[in-house]
Amino acid sequence: MPYIGSEDTVRDLRRVLSNPNVQSDQLRYRNTILKVIRAMSQGVDVSGLFSEMVKACATVDIVQKKLVYVFLCSYATLNPELSLLVINTLRKDCQDPNPMVRSLALRNMTNLRLPSLVEYVEQPLTAGLRDRAACVRRVAVLGWAKLHNLQTNSEIDAAVVNELYSLLRDPDPVVMVNCLRALEEILREEGGVAINKPITHHLLNRLKECDIWGQCEVLRILQRYRPQSEDELFNILSLLDVSLISPHPPVMAATLSLFLSLCSGLPAVGLAALERVRGPLLAACGNTSREMQFTALCHIQLLLRSLPGLMGEHYKRFFCGYAEPAYIKQRKIEVLVELVNDDNVAILLDELRGYCTDVNISTAHAAISAIGRIGRSYSDKCLEILTELLGLKQEHITSAVVQTMRDLVWVCPQCSRTVCSAVEGCEAEIQDSQGRHALLWLLGVYGEQVSSVPYTLEVFIDGVRSEASVGVKMELLTATVRLFLCRPAETQDMLGRLLHYCIEEETNMCVSDQALLYYRLLHCGIEETRKVLQCRRSDPSLGVLIGRPAEPINQWSYIFNTLEPLRPGAIETDDALTASVSAPLSLSLSPALSPEEFEDLWLQQQCPTIFRCSPQSLQAAMQLVNIQTLAFTPPHTLPWRVYLYTNTQNKHSADTCHGTLILGELLVKKNTAEKGIKVTLKQQPRDEKALKGFLSVLTTVLHALSSE
Amino acid sequence: MISQVFILSSQGDHLIYKDFRGEAGSDVVNLFYEKVTALTGDQPPVVMRHKDVHFVHVRQGGLYWVATTTADTSPFTIIEFLNRLTALVKDYCGSLSERSVQMNFALIYELLDEVVDYGYIQTTSSDILKNFIQTEAVSSKPFSLFDLSNVGLFGAETQQSKVAPSSAATRPIQSSRDQGGKSEIFVDVIERMLVVIGSNGVLMKADIEGEIKVKCYMPTCSEMRIGLNEEFSIGKSQLRGYGAAVRVDECSFHQAVRLDEFDSLRILRLCPSQGEQTVMQYQLSDDLPSAPPFRLFPTIERDNGGRLLMYMKLRCDLPPKRSVLDPTRLQSFSSELNLSQELSSPDQSAELQPQSRAVVWKIPRFPGGTQLSALFKLEVPGFSSASMLEVGPVSLSFELPKITATGLQIRFLRLSPFQPGPAQRWVRYVTHSDSYTIRI
Repeated sequence: MPYIGSEDTVRDLRRVLSNPNVQSDQLRYRNTILKVIRAMSQGVDVSGLFSEMVKACATVDIVQKKLVYVFLCSYATLNPELSLLVINTLRKDCQDPNPMVRSLALRNMTNLRLPSLVEYVEQPLTAGLRDRAACVRRVAVLGWAKLHNLQTNSEIDAAVVNELYSLLRDPDPVVMVNCLRALEEILREEGGVAINKPITHHLLNRLKECDIWGQCEVLRILQRYRPQSEDELFNILSLLDVSLISPHPPVMAATLSLFLSLCSGLPAVGLAALERVRGPLLAACGNTSREMQFTALCHIQLLLRSLPGLMGEHYKRFFCGYAEPAYIKQRKIEVLVELVNDDNVAILLDELRGYCTDVNISTAHAAISAIGRIGRSYSDKCLEILTELLGLKQEHITSAVVQTMRDLVWVCPQCSRTVCSAVEGCEAEIQDSQGRHALLWLLGVYGEQVSSVPYTLEVFIDGVRSEASVGVKMELLTATVRLFLCRPAETQDMLGRLLHYCIEEETNMCVSDQALLYYRLLHCGIEETRKVLQCRRSDPSLGVLIGRPAEPINQWSYIFNTLEPLRPGAIETDDALTASVSAPLSLSLSPALSPEEFEDLWLQQQCPTIFRCSPQSLQAAMQLVNIQTLAFTPPHTLPWRVYLYTNTQNKHSADTCHGTLILGELLVKKNTAEKGIKVTLKQQPRDEKALKGFLSVLTTVLHALSSE
Repeated sequence: MISQVFILSSQGDHLIYKDFRGEAGSDVVNLFYEKVTALTGDQPPVVMRHKDVHFVHVRQGGLYWVATTTADTSPFTIIEFLNRLTALVKDYCGSLSERSVQMNFALIYELLDEVVDYGYIQTTSSDILKNFIQTEAVSSKPFSLFDLSNVGLFGAETQQSKVAPSSAATRPIQSSRDQGGKSEIFVDVIERMLVVIGSNGVLMKADIEGEIKVKCYMPTCSEMRIGLNEEFSIGKSQLRGYGAAVRVDECSFHQAVRLDEFDSLRILRLCPSQGEQTVMQYQLSDDLPSAPPFRLFPTIERDNGGRLLMYMKLRCDLPPKRSVLDPTRLQSFSSELNLSQELSSPDQSAELQPQSRAVVWKIPRFPGGTQLSALFKLEVPGFSSASMLEVGPVSLSFELPKITATGLQIRFLRLSPFQPGPAQRWVRYVTHSDSYTIRI
């Protein structure tokens, strides 16, 4: 932000700073420097004062020193030559008897971020590692990490690394944790600090001495450790049990993360750990800080994916307060939907009903669509509420309700009668395109059940010239054609007008193409048209999405305690799990052609029911979870084969962000006698965790298909 | 790992900016503010992203406290850190406001320097920090007549001086060093009520979240013992004695609290460090020991002129002599309308807030055991019977001084062994309404 008159400010400040009278008066000198820093943090460019500030650095007043260092560290990169002048003062300070001065000098020496100064800094840093005062050692340890990152391509000094490893045994816990952090940065290329058995046990034993920040760091780094025996694993787990129910949310989260990574092979233990953190997590939901509440809520959503019953009896804790910000309310509504059961559904719906008239429109919409989601299992009560909401005759509420009803009917066609009688006559209230889109869809599909539909559509068709939304126009076309199929006499004339307008006058290509398509379709005869437009109401493969089964913990444990769950709309099961294949792939990538080493894993998966379904529905179901099927053997031949591939994206840590490619073959040998499919998977590069995740998705899909 | 920390005022002025790792440019501050202002009306989400930079922020004291970080960082840690930072700034500067941050920016830079090194949190304990922080706080206390009223006439001891002024706990902790500040210790029991009362008057949800906070102004404090009610019990199984038990569901303590006398005598022992700390947190769900403090008896009807008449009778069920500060009533209604009102006493006021579509009824003081009433007449264009459905719910916000909803009391507060010089000890109780909703 450039300030008006900033040049004048800088000139004035320079004059005062170089005034010998000011320099001799400590208080005035310090106040002038304060003004410089104030200008700096307000965004004024005061870099011109660098040489004056360098002079001000040589003082015995610690407050002034600290202020000058703030300035120097901000502008050193702009003035590398002048910064050389500071180094002398800093090196002298490193010999000071006061440990505070020593640590201050050492910290700022490394904060200057100038590669040219590295040679002057190394010696004081080495001395700093052996300093008597812990506060100097803390700074020195991290100083090496800063130094390494300044010149990443240089050789790693083995002596320093050894010294840092030995400082893990330093009596000061912060020094120990800083050593871990520094080694983690210096040895990043080699995969970070070595976590072997002695180091792990040493760190675990000293965990109690650290403050919560140190504990979080240690717990995070220990995630890499793999215990050698089950006994050792359980010893570690029982040692960590205290931190699991820690009143500090960061420690609790870090411990759970470690638990989940240690018990990835023992799902029962993982689930028990989730039960254990319920109390602390709920307490975090009641934290005074809104932001902490929000974080806890987002993570509870993750936990519910594996343990849907976890918070069942505590549903009242997720009721919204009226003064809560919208982002909390919406998450709470999402959680409430998950907690519905026979006992609390009445209270929950009553509560959600109250949110539907929220002043914040997006919260109101979230509540309405939550009622729709609950309607999939408790349709009568929910439809009652939704119908009542239509009575409010509020534009945005009506629109949201109609959209929700459309989504509900798609899943539960048995509600269509109630919905049809409810939506009759609400076209006047709906102004936005999404709402009208939904209304038209409902009118088209259930045209025979609502008597007034032709009149409603006629109004839409008369106004089609002034219609702005392409989606609404396309839906209008489909709805009119559908209506024509069941009530031809009333609709024929208006369909003709609509088709004429869309083909002759409409400028949007999508709309006119679709109109042409329907026109030609109608030429083929009514029976053909009916076959295309009215064959099946809802897609049975959607069954995979409703009534989500409890997911294994592995599917989300790697994003637990990261920023990922806090991002808006992050709780979409599919894209967190497998990302779609972006590059075009063909069968030429098959293993025979690839020179790379493929890891073959032969896995015998027992499928409980007989596997028989058409290739089309298999393909549709696979695509829902982003698995692409590439080729089938013709149906009813034995053995029957399917080839498929997918890419997994695992974000376990920042450095291994790349995904892996999985190629697979499903083989059904005998249709009825042997109940089983053989799954062959080839993966590049190898990643056991991703493979396990993929297998569990595959099993879920196959189960869903076979149960139909 | 924290890459940068900055503090912005609500107008977007840069107050503090510190770059710990030199990885991202300083334009992130403006980027963040653009993202915040691009959102309409509502509060921005806690985490925002721009390419590889993730912004995590908390709002405290009307300021944005922002940290930039990478995607795989623990949000719990960052948010806890930012909250801790605000608490430290509050301790050191006295209060949290744009003005106090502006005046004490040097102190805050110094704090940040000691608290975080290279993006790694070093320590946030005020016991350790007090050895390193050298800058004196500049307190921004405006002149107020209230301070004068505390001074007795000709130095005479008045009733007033037995009560600490409400601003007593909002001064910087370090000023005691040379200003000869009193060595005081404040113990606050703060409870927040989350209550939902159904339209039939049935209590649908009642949660209480409580905490005991200690704010210590003593440079060195030896052991302190806080005695709670003897009949205090945790969980359902553990009922003690025959009297009216003070019960909470769950309870957690600060790590410095020693609990060896807690099981038998309900005594917490701790050595408080300078500044504010939460010693104990507790929660109680669905089981209020007493009746909810407010009951509402609404009557809503429409008159012949198509106006909506809302007759509200609000009763305070607290024992007499206890009074309530600032209870506010909120009423949401979704159309444009005109309001006329009749209130039961002249010091109350009511207004219509078009933005939040609410009628706000302000009652400055509400003594226990009394009843207030108000009649609101609303002219609603296009009034229909369905509009009645839109009325409500009623939300109250209030503060109940000297009352805890759970009944938790502090029996005694002892500093042992005896302090050199007089140490003043204050115990304060207050119950806030976090969310007190009455359905109509």
